[in-house]
Amino acid sequence: MKKILLVDDEPNIIMSLEYTFKKQNFEVFIARDGQEALDILKTEQPDVIILDIMMPNVDGYATIESIKKNEKLTHCKVIFLSAKNKESDIEKGMQLGANAYMTKPFSIKKLVDQVNELLATSS
Amino acid sequence: MNSGYLLVILLLYLGLLFFIAQWAEGKGNSKWTNNPYVYSLSLAVYCTTWTYYGSIGVAANSGLNFIPIYLGPVIAFPAWILILRKIIRISRVNKISSIADFISLRYGNSRFMGALVTLIALIAILPYIGLQLKAISETFHIVTNSEESNNVFFDTSTYVAIVLAVFASFYGTRYVDASEKRKGIVTAVAMESLLKLFFFIILGLYVTFYVFDGFDAIYAKASLMESFEERNTIHGLEGGMNWMMLIVLSFFSIFLLPRQFHMSIVENNREKHIRTAIWLFPLYLLLFNLFVYPIAWGGNILFEGKNVNPDMFSLLIPQLFDNTIMTVMVFLGGFSAAISMIVVSSITLSTMLSNNLLIPYGVLGSLQKDNQESNSERIVNIRRIGIFLLIILAFIYYRYFIMDFSLVSVGMISFVIVAQLGPAFFGAIFWKRGSLNGAVAGIVVGMLICFYTIMLPFLLSSINPGSNFFKEGFFGFTILQPFQLFGLDYLDPIPHALFWSLLFNVLVYMAVSVSFKGNYRERNYAEMYVDIDKYINNHENAFVWKGTAYVSDIQKVLKRFLGEERTNRALSIFKMKYNIAPDNLMADARLVKFAENLLTGHIGTASAKILIESVTKEDKISLPEVLKILEESKENLIINKKLTETSNELKELSSQLKKANENLVLKDKQKDEFLDTVTHELRTPITAIRAASEILHDDDEIPDELKKQFLQNIITESDRLNRLIDKILDLEKFETGKQKIYPTQGSIVQTISKSLSPLQQLISNKKIHVEFDENQNTTFISFDEERIIQVITNLVSNAIKFADEKDGIIIITLSEHEDEYLKVNVFNNGKGVNPEDLESIFDKFYQSSNQNIKKPIGSGLGLAICKQIIEAHKGKIWAENVQNGVTFSFTLPKKIQ
Repeated sequence: MKKILLVDDEPNIIMSLEYTFKKQNFEVFIARDGQEALDILKTEQPDVIILDIMMPNVDGYATIESIKKNEKLTHCKVIFLSAKNKESDIEKGMQLGANAYMTKPFSIKKLVDQVNELLATSS
Repeated sequence: MNSGYLLVILLLYLGLLFFIAQWAEGKGNSKWTNNPYVYSLSLAVYCTTWTYYGSIGVAANSGLNFIPIYLGPVIAFPAWILILRKIIRISRVNKISSIADFISLRYGNSRFMGALVTLIALIAILPYIGLQLKAISETFHIVTNSEESNNVFFDTSTYVAIVLAVFASFYGTRYVDASEKRKGIVTAVAMESLLKLFFFIILGLYVTFYVFDGFDAIYAKASLMESFEERNTIHGLEGGMNWMMLIVLSFFSIFLLPRQFHMSIVENNREKHIRTAIWLFPLYLLLFNLFVYPIAWGGNILFEGKNVNPDMFSLLIPQLFDNTIMTVMVFLGGFSAAISMIVVSSITLSTMLSNNLLIPYGVLGSLQKDNQESNSERIVNIRRIGIFLLIILAFIYYRYFIMDFSLVSVGMISFVIVAQLGPAFFGAIFWKRGSLNGAVAGIVVGMLICFYTIMLPFLLSSINPGSNFFKEGFFGFTILQPFQLFGLDYLDPIPHALFWSLLFNVLVYMAVSVSFKGNYRERNYAEMYVDIDKYINNHENAFVWKGTAYVSDIQKVLKRFLGEERTNRALSIFKMKYNIAPDNLMADARLVKFAENLLTGHIGTASAKILIESVTKEDKISLPEVLKILEESKENLIINKKLTETSNELKELSSQLKKANENLVLKDKQKDEFLDTVTHELRTPITAIRAASEILHDDDEIPDELKKQFLQNIITESDRLNRLIDKILDLEKFETGKQKIYPTQGSIVQTISKSLSPLQQLISNKKIHVEFDENQNTTFISFDEERIIQVITNLVSNAIKFADEKDGIIIITLSEHEDEYLKVNVFNNGKGVNPEDLESIFDKFYQSSNQNIKKPIGSGLGLAICKQIIEAHKGKIWAENVQNGVTFSFTLPKKIQ
């Protein structure tokens, strides 16, 4: 069973994501900001992380930097899911090592496809 | 005392002076010779034998009348700082070496004026030098108990005069440039000043405390004498007038006596030395006069009824007690006083004679063709011979004309004559309109009156004392009595002569100056003299000259007097100063003036001008043109000032613009950030709605419970979206002034209560303690309740967000300020606002500094809207960090417009 970590401060968005990926047979972990995500990642090594950028306390950028430093998480795919939709934002996200960048509002179907695609290339 | 011994002592003393002068010359500019004390002491050349012996005679005969001669200089001293500094500056930049140069340059570089001043100085000072020789001779005979001989070869003063002439001509003419400093002479004079004071004080102490038992004892005895009362009053108003005239006389003398001009101006090394002189020199005079009175009245007591000359009391008293050492010391003091005066006066007179009379009127033509070495030699020789001649002339004068006059009368006559230069002199530095014609006319008229009221009567009285000229006046016109001119009968002859001569001198000077304008050169120098402080650093610029001149021609002239090397050096310094190309062929006004200055010290101002004129072709300039040029240069100064001001204003403006621009850039950036935030805020509910909708649309297996939950989410997020849009539109309306407020009378306490109730749930969730007294009384004021609720809700919501997480406290208080306004404070115990952000948090685009990254709490519009609402009520809103937290306050005026 693949593991997925959902990081976002909007409870209603998390709710939709949680429902969707549970249905796709993922083991789902939830964090409401970067700090909570990093706490979970101390014990868990999910296959995919869906990461918001603008969050209180630790934001998405800082979170991915920590993830990339952690050797245990090298296999981990990160997808930014953000309302920041400027070219420069996307570029920055990719440079920090994200595997994909999706802008909000997003299509759940496309997100699921993206996740599956990433998991397929890695195995 | 044996005259042979005294001669030996004299020679030794003179040898000491030679030694000091030689030593000082060798020292150059060391602190021993170039210091304010030497300068101040050298000014005491003012105190001649007249002071040393004569004031005792005056004090013995007429009590206090010796004092005004010293009061004048003392009164003059405060003005020194102003006047002397000005004269020193003018003289320094123009290389002036005598008072004749000083006056003649100011009046258009006039050769005639220089000669006139020189002649007057000669008439005034020669007898005065003779007087000093007379004093030396007389005192010598008293000390040695010998008789004066009719044979000049047995007269000591003959030899003293020769030795002094050698001394003065050697040390006084070491430099061809007469404006150079003569360290040797100055130091020797300073030394003599010290000695004469020292000897005089010793004598004073001797008479007061050895011969008598102190001041009281002398007074006790003197007051018993018949004429004591009569001789010791000021003699009422008439006496006071006499005193005043004498004070005026000595006030003028301290500036105008050629030796004083020389010591205080030409030999001045540093302007700041004046600061020491203004207290040290008056102190010197005070010390000198301290014992005049006791010695004079001591003498009156000791020699009562005997026919002795009271001028000589200071020698006769120690002699009476057979105190030879004291007698010799007093003699040496008087000798010092005499020779300082003789040496300095003869040097200055010979400089004037050569630079202002002989060279410009005689030998200039031949100097013009010769080379530098022989020119320098000839100039120095002229001066040497001049010094010799002057001293010999003075000697002859003394031997054959003034044997019988008292010290004081001759001294006074010289003072009165020199005072005739006063109006032209002071006019030179304070009155721009003073002209050559006016000055010459004034001096001539003054001199004529002098001659009639004082010189002629003195001459006549020595030839024919019974002449009825004194009683009946000229051709029997009693109104023209020489001592009571125009019926003025209460002044003594000297004050009388001074009064009339100066009065007419000043009147004529002013009348002629005002009536006939001087030429352009006079007006030019008038400007430079009166406003010297403006031109001190580049005075060549102030010289107005138009014409054709070649640098090479001027150079040739300079070389004849300065030599090749000095000329080249001077010119290269000049070119450097004014940034002129080295190969510039044509000379301008500045170079003409510069060249004149270089020559001035050697041959005087008038000759310098004549020489430079001979190699240049000057175009005539009219007086109005000069005034225009001078005015233009003044205007330039003003324009420059204005330009500076404008440029400063521009700088100020540009810095304001820069600031404004920076502000705009910041605002622009903030605007971008705001748009980012707004779009993010708008997209967030849309994202939630879209995600929920997609699930509901695509997923048929979704349980009912969850389906309801997703639909509820869609409703919530839609409402959120709507609220956000409302806020943005609200702000927009306030900002463009479209939003109106609708004030009604109400109680702010009730409004706060209303605002708090919807927040109660949130408050209790976060376990925050809120303090607010709902029962307090408050004035009803007028405000838009709905809007103020919005403000309070926003402030309290913020307070809830930021209050301490564990023990949150919010305190809401009210205060009233007279009739003006009502204030609401909302305090929370959070960590406070970054001090830099205290003001900007009310900006609509403000989030926190790192808002791009960290998710802001709220949209960042709340406070901006609050500010708009409060300002629409004419109130104020602000935040301040206080102890343990932060307070947001707003005011509402009680009378809303």
